Amino acid sequence: MRTDQLKQGLTAPICLTWELTYGCNLACVHCLSSSGRRDPDELSTAEAERVVDELAAMQVFYVNIGGGEPLVRRDFLDLLEHAVASGVGVKFSTNGALLSKAMAARLATTDYVDVQVSLDGASKSTNDAVRGAGSYTAARRAMDHLAEAGFGPFKISVVVTRDNVAELDDLEALAQGYGAQLRVTRLRPSGRGAATWRKLHPTASQQRHLYRWLSARPHVLTGDSFFHLSGLGEPLPGLNLCGAGRVVCLIDPVGDVYACPFVLHDQFKAGSVRGPGGFAAVWHSSRLFEELRAPQSAGACASCGMFDACQGGCMAAKFFTGLPLDGPDPECVLGHGEAALARVAPGAAPSPGPGHSRRAPAPGGVRPPDPARLLPVLPGPPPSSG
Amino acid sequence: MAFDPERRYALHPQVALRSEPFGALAYHYGNRRLIFIRSASLVELVRGLDRHPSAAAALDALGIPDQDRTRLRRALEQLEHAQVIHPLTGGDRCAPTS
Repeated sequence: MRTDQLKQGLTAPICLTWELTYGCNLACVHCLSSSGRRDPDELSTAEAERVVDELAAMQVFYVNIGGGEPLVRRDFLDLLEHAVASGVGVKFSTNGALLSKAMAARLATTDYVDVQVSLDGASKSTNDAVRGAGSYTAARRAMDHLAEAGFGPFKISVVVTRDNVAELDDLEALAQGYGAQLRVTRLRPSGRGAATWRKLHPTASQQRHLYRWLSARPHVLTGDSFFHLSGLGEPLPGLNLCGAGRVVCLIDPVGDVYACPFVLHDQFKAGSVRGPGGFAAVWHSSRLFEELRAPQSAGACASCGMFDACQGGCMAAKFFTGLPLDGPDPECVLGHGEAALARVAPGAAPSPGPGHSRRAPAPGGVRPPDPARLLPVLPGPPPSSG
Repeated sequence: MAFDPERRYALHPQVALRSEPFGALAYHYGNRRLIFIRSASLVELVRGLDRHPSAAAALDALGIPDQDRTRLRRALEQLEHAQVIHPLTGGDRCAPTS
């Protein structure tokens, strides 16, 4: 059976997320990686190119590049072109603020590149409440540039929240208007999302609506992130399992490898691409990944008839809400998660820590760019030293 | 175009094939589709298709027993539909009657 084969792990990840930098011009309230400031220890251009070479040798088909905001790195386009030339396709996420007309034109001529522009609402007010003032306008400007450059069907990437679930139809219309694809993903209580998840995650009735909405739209991409909804009926398209360490993993900006993009926490750190044997050694033989590939106990979910459908849901969502990993997802469609959450003592959930959030007042707004950190991104030669 | 076992086929130029414990994963860089090939004999067949004048000849060369042929032929048909393999054109067609 396919799921069992995938659970035992693959020779290389299918879905590898690579966060290139913790630097970001925004401070979204749900940022999975608590990004803001660049880390002085981020992989150099030469190190990042070596990682690309290693991924190519392992036949990783494509990488999902994110951050932070990847365009903050001045060597971004060169790394992208190096990856593509090595046979590693690139899908990258951007908030669009730094995606200039010239860059859109350069991207339009590069094969095997997918661009995902993040937008968390069909209206400025809904989006900017989460992503910060000015972020809606910046994202729309980037979409205009991509459309004008003839990039083709880029993606509009939406994290579904309590406040934007009612705007899904409008977001779909927006995507259609651009000839773009809509991609919606699940809000996780990771990074800065740990502090905002309780008031932003969709309600139970919104989840049922979302399930019906997605079921009727198999063309809407989901990054396989809503398998916890599969207990509501026919499974949604996708692998429908937690891929952490099995088909999925994350390389963070300093080269640390985590089980998935939603668990930036020491407990889920498998190793570093800077270690002996590089990324391949971590993927093939880290103890954490071996544990994740071993048969898992269904725990409190074992007696539930829906376990085969939802597989107990998302490991990261459980971890950062303080739930046991072998129990229900906090958004379990049968309500078991809600009951379990009520039993978690205040402050008992593991903290994602401050990460690289800027030490400024409340997140949620666009900061004035710090020129020392945020250099203009222009197409052109790479910096002379890496 | 329907799958024709008398034609010569090859792995699609935009497809990469990666061996896995269960067979192989195929990724199509054009349409960005990932396809699971869950049979070692099918993987071997696909990898060697272009070395034979026809898909049928490739099946012969592998010594595929009759009872497995229908299944593999059907699988090749699906792989052609998914653009994992494609027919080679021109004089590559194997035409036994002419």
